[in-house]
Amino acid sequence: MATATSTTGIRRTLRALLIPSLALLSALLAGAVVMLLSGDDPMAAYSGLFQGAFGDGKGWARTIRKTVPFVLTGLSVALAFKVSLFNIGASGQFVMGSVFAVAVGINFEGLPIFIHLPLALIAGIIGGLLWGAIPGILKVYTGAHEVIVTIMLNYVASLFGGWTVYAGGTQGQTPGPLWDRTAGAISETPDVLLSAQIPWLFGPPYRVHYGIFLALAAAILVWWLIFKTPLGFEMRTVGHNMRAARYAGIRVNFTIILTMALAGALAGLAGAIETLGLNHKFAPEFGGAVGFDGITVALLGQTHPIGVLLAAFMFGALDGGAATMQFVSGVPADIIQIIQALVLAFVAAPLIIRMLFRLRQQTDQDAGSAVSTSWGGT
Amino acid sequence: MIVALALVVMAILVNLTPLKEQTWLRVLFGISALNFTLRATVPLVLGALSGILCERSGIINIGIEGMMLAGAFAGFVAKTSTNHWPLAVSLVFSVAVAMAVGGLMGAVHALFSIRFRMDQIISGTVIIILALGTSSYLYNRDAIAEGKFSSIPIPGLAQIPVLGPVLFDNPPITYLALIMVVVVHVGLFYTRWGLRTRAVGEHPRAADTVGINVNRYRYVNTSLGGMLAGLAGAFLVLEAVGQFQEGMTAGRGFISLAAMIFGNWNPIGALGAATLFGYTQALQNELLLAGVTQVPRQFISMLPYVVTIVAVSGLVGRVRPPAAEGKVYETEGSS
Repeated sequence: MATATSTTGIRRTLRALLIPSLALLSALLAGAVVMLLSGDDPMAAYSGLFQGAFGDGKGWARTIRKTVPFVLTGLSVALAFKVSLFNIGASGQFVMGSVFAVAVGINFEGLPIFIHLPLALIAGIIGGLLWGAIPGILKVYTGAHEVIVTIMLNYVASLFGGWTVYAGGTQGQTPGPLWDRTAGAISETPDVLLSAQIPWLFGPPYRVHYGIFLALAAAILVWWLIFKTPLGFEMRTVGHNMRAARYAGIRVNFTIILTMALAGALAGLAGAIETLGLNHKFAPEFGGAVGFDGITVALLGQTHPIGVLLAAFMFGALDGGAATMQFVSGVPADIIQIIQALVLAFVAAPLIIRMLFRLRQQTDQDAGSAVSTSWGGT
Repeated sequence: MIVALALVVMAILVNLTPLKEQTWLRVLFGISALNFTLRATVPLVLGALSGILCERSGIINIGIEGMMLAGAFAGFVAKTSTNHWPLAVSLVFSVAVAMAVGGLMGAVHALFSIRFRMDQIISGTVIIILALGTSSYLYNRDAIAEGKFSSIPIPGLAQIPVLGPVLFDNPPITYLALIMVVVVHVGLFYTRWGLRTRAVGEHPRAADTVGINVNRYRYVNTSLGGMLAGLAGAFLVLEAVGQFQEGMTAGRGFISLAAMIFGNWNPIGALGAATLFGYTQALQNELLLAGVTQVPRQFISMLPYVVTIVAVSGLVGRVRPPAAEGKVYETEGSS
């Protein structure tokens, strides 16, 4: 987003923070208006939200717990954005990551944790990677737009995940391969073996696991990849101008497939971490929404890995506090979804924010990050 | 089109001859399969028409899913709050409300894309998330819509064997959707408005030069497109299901987009593609009803989505989107 100008690093950072912060603020204000219009009390709601997210140790634990998957799906979407690809498929990749990880996690009894856990995590990464590579390959070789393909793959993944844990039907349908035979009519997997569970950083009732460090490491890795490696340079070049990149001898097709695969891997890791660290099993209702929220997190974070961390934390707090907010103030937790959509709207259209707060136009680079503009292949 | 024709021929053969004793033939071509196909096609073709209106004028609309959902929810709210009215009046009023709200969403999308120069794909995503969130937030689970549109057989035509019960014995929105295909087609290719719309979508600078207000055409078309998506939502709530369910559009908006691309941004083509996708949904349904248990039902349910992926992947160089799609148009010298 913010291209290099003559300003110093600090001023640039402050300016990069300006639009997202104002967008968040505007969305909260607009959310308050929505609540007022539907007869709810925004003050009570927001104080309940804050209390739920940061009020006590459990609140902080909830916020951190929710932040972890947002970091990874946000990075997934942000990485694809760097190459002008729109990955709406993070939820499908998340599900595939969960399924692959749980398949390893419930098998291989007797392995020590330092082998079993990494193995399960890698399986999750591979699941997401494969699922992310498909739209990349189809885009390069057939020109199919990644937006449609990733969305369709989301539905396919969710049905596939549902099948793996399917409890079987009353008419003698075969149950899925990962279904827990002791679960009766409930469609879910058995618990992940202890040797494949991510250990608690703070055990119950806090339930914060070491996955947070994996998420942080992933953010640093993505930052390093994008800004410090030749490959990252190629990715950014393809993102800026595909034709120029091709003339410069960059392997554009390879870069597109690799980026989608890596984006998928990040979302797959998110699924693996949620499964191995928090849920300890897979059921059809796990996953889904975090993938879509990854889009907002990536844009709120200005597609920069560090920005994504901050944005994910904000979203973690919104989600972490939502239940308490509903409990304390009676405002439906779904208002959070509206606020998140408004955040996306404001952050994707800096012009609205500039108009509302009467900011001067700084650079013409601010007019939103352009994704692939049309359905036709290149 | 060829696919649709083959389907009709097979259907007539299967339903009028002893072939209908064969289970698998009945699953593939029975009257119930065809009825279901049409019912599944209606929201898809309306969504595709919505996309065509927007994209022919140069605005990418991936928010159809959201506009459909908003329309469905608005139609539901209108219906539940007018339950005490006479059924027909209440239903027509609800359809109008659904279309108005869909059109409003379209206008918002146009505002984001044109006035605020937001990336059009992201603006579409905003529309989707906004519709999902708002409909869940406002949804009152105790509300019940009483009654829905019932079939109106067209006298005479409805008695034709096979074709009659499939095509001429349907509820009103189904007829309306088929009529809209013709209306949009004629409008787009045989009227001044259509010529100008296409000019705006292909070469806005040239259109501007001859005095066409590019952005006004884009606003109007995107709003009209939103209304059609709203009508698709109304179909789901007021004609197909009769109630609202959270997220009930279940990807239909996206499949419509694929139908639009598959149909090469052409209303008749989109109808053909929507029929194909609708048929895969019907097939899924019929296979489940026929008690096919050899294949897990989840895999059968994947059919429409997989077919969509295959369809959009098999189109290299065979379709061409409007040239100016996705680009903001600014007159020279304006900021």
